[in-house]
Amino acid sequence: MRHGAGFRVVRAVLLGLFALYFFLPLISMANFSVQGKGPLEGEITFHYYAELVRNEDLRSAIVSSLLLAAFTVLLMVVLLVPTMIWVRLRTPGLSRTVEFLCLLPLTVPPLVIVVGITNVYTWVNYLLGDSPQVLVFAYVVLVLPYSYRSIDSALSAIDVTTLAEAARSLGAGWTTVITRIVMPNIVSGVLGAAFIAIALVLGEYVFASLLHYDTMPVALAAIYKSETSTAIAGAFASIVLISLLLLGLSFFNRSKAPDVGGQKA
Amino acid sequence: MTTTPVRPPTAAGLAVELTDLTRVYGSVKALDGLTLHLAPGELVALLGPSGCGKTTALRILAGLDQPTSGRVEVGGKDLTRVPANKRDMGMVFQAYSLFPHLTVLENVAFGLKLRGKDAGARRKVAQEKLELVGLSEHGSRYASQLSGGQQQRVALARALAIEPSVLLLDEPLSALDAKVRVQLRDEIRRVQIEVGTTTLFVTHDQEEALAVADRVGVMNAGRLEQLAPPAELYSAPATKFVGEFVGLSNRLPATVQGGTASVLGRDVPALDGSTSGPGFALVRPEAVSVVADADGGATVTAVMFLGPLSRVTCLLADGTDVVAQLASSDALRLQPGQAVRLEVEPSPVLVVAG
Repeated sequence: MRHGAGFRVVRAVLLGLFALYFFLPLISMANFSVQGKGPLEGEITFHYYAELVRNEDLRSAIVSSLLLAAFTVLLMVVLLVPTMIWVRLRTPGLSRTVEFLCLLPLTVPPLVIVVGITNVYTWVNYLLGDSPQVLVFAYVVLVLPYSYRSIDSALSAIDVTTLAEAARSLGAGWTTVITRIVMPNIVSGVLGAAFIAIALVLGEYVFASLLHYDTMPVALAAIYKSETSTAIAGAFASIVLISLLLLGLSFFNRSKAPDVGGQKA
Repeated sequence: MTTTPVRPPTAAGLAVELTDLTRVYGSVKALDGLTLHLAPGELVALLGPSGCGKTTALRILAGLDQPTSGRVEVGGKDLTRVPANKRDMGMVFQAYSLFPHLTVLENVAFGLKLRGKDAGARRKVAQEKLELVGLSEHGSRYASQLSGGQQQRVALARALAIEPSVLLLDEPLSALDAKVRVQLRDEIRRVQIEVGTTTLFVTHDQEEALAVADRVGVMNAGRLEQLAPPAELYSAPATKFVGEFVGLSNRLPATVQGGTASVLGRDVPALDGSTSGPGFALVRPEAVSVVADADGGATVTAVMFLGPLSRVTCLLADGTDVVAQLASSDALRLQPGQAVRLEVEPSPVLVVAG
């Protein structure tokens, strides 16, 4: 469809305004994080990025957060994907209940959840130790609504029942149906769920802070009080990392999403 | 009811025996005591309106659904409680069912891989089956790169690759357009005769069923109304439902006495199952002839040209509409409003109560 010059101007102005709105704070952060302070005054430096790695507390918090993200993704995939496939194939009557349960965390403010689970975490710490990795249980609940939506859309894009029945008639057991037929066709949805989970976990502050675990956002907040530039460098680096992850996801979706439509007969 | 198979058994096919199958969903009886025998190598089509239980019967035979009661036997073995993946049956579905992430060749070889065949053997068999359905050049394509007809051909090749004991076809042509449907219908029949696999074909399209099957079973409300070769089903319907569901029938006033029905003033044999006394004879349009006669007691109301044949609609004095199918050369001599006499052929008719 061809558009007039007026339309193109309005489009360019709107896009420009949006770009300004989104990128101006990022550019400011990037600029602030490379401006030398104190003895480095006036210099453009990556000193504060190096500091992210040199600061032992921050380094261990970053490692904790990355491990937490990985474990959250792993547990979410192991729990959610087979459950959702099973509900679709064998107990479709339960799909509403599962959807309700998965979306429930969206309706409860994180602060309320933290207050509710504080006592539970006393026991978790007693049984499993007080490593930040125990946050994985709370984080799986936290990411559930977003992960559910992503996987549900992927499952809706294919005729899971017919594919499963076709595979069964050819001799496939249920494990084969799930791992070799359904999973390869919902990879983009599972990856989407995984990346959203990573983004949420890397930015989560309320749970970790109130339950007294040192994760990256908690450490950055602490450093911000004394070393502002290092904290801004850490925040900017995490934004870039998460953006790259989501960008990678959108490219992956575009190139790999299975086209189940087929041409007309 | 005719139950004798019309084709001799083949080596590849196994006999199928469904005995007194019942399937109840809540308060709905989808199958109500279905008993059906398929001879080795035979192709039986189950025909009926939506909700008559034909797909339920096929799914129970496939193991994708469990009967509430009854028994499923294939080759003399009881498979009633055997899961679908252990039944060794090939199935083609109504919906496109190729695995989107696999190529055509990988789709066809999928069942062989599950059976532990090595890569070389898988490739050879898959290629053979693709040749059988005329798609040997499409092995490296994905489902999304094929037309609907091609996808169903590949699905047929995939079902045949595992050398199934029974081939199950669940309305495989209903998503296709008319021309492709006829082509693929003929191809399915050719391939089925070639491989000799016992086949159950479920369809709601009577032309399809009559064209491909050795025998056609007409189902209604979970029960098998009649199972017979296509010609017999058409010419000698056993029940009112079959007479009215298969093909087009006129309902003409008739009286049955001693095995003979009097229809339009002519005596014709009454089929078994006919009511006695007054009723309605189910008479095919091609069994009615129309003769120009000023005192014939009927009037032509419409002439519909259909190519080599035409349909002539007439109105009897008692208000009954009668459709006759005539050669177009005869039909086009008739004009709406013309007085005519209707005669029925002396072939047997089913007479049903009003």
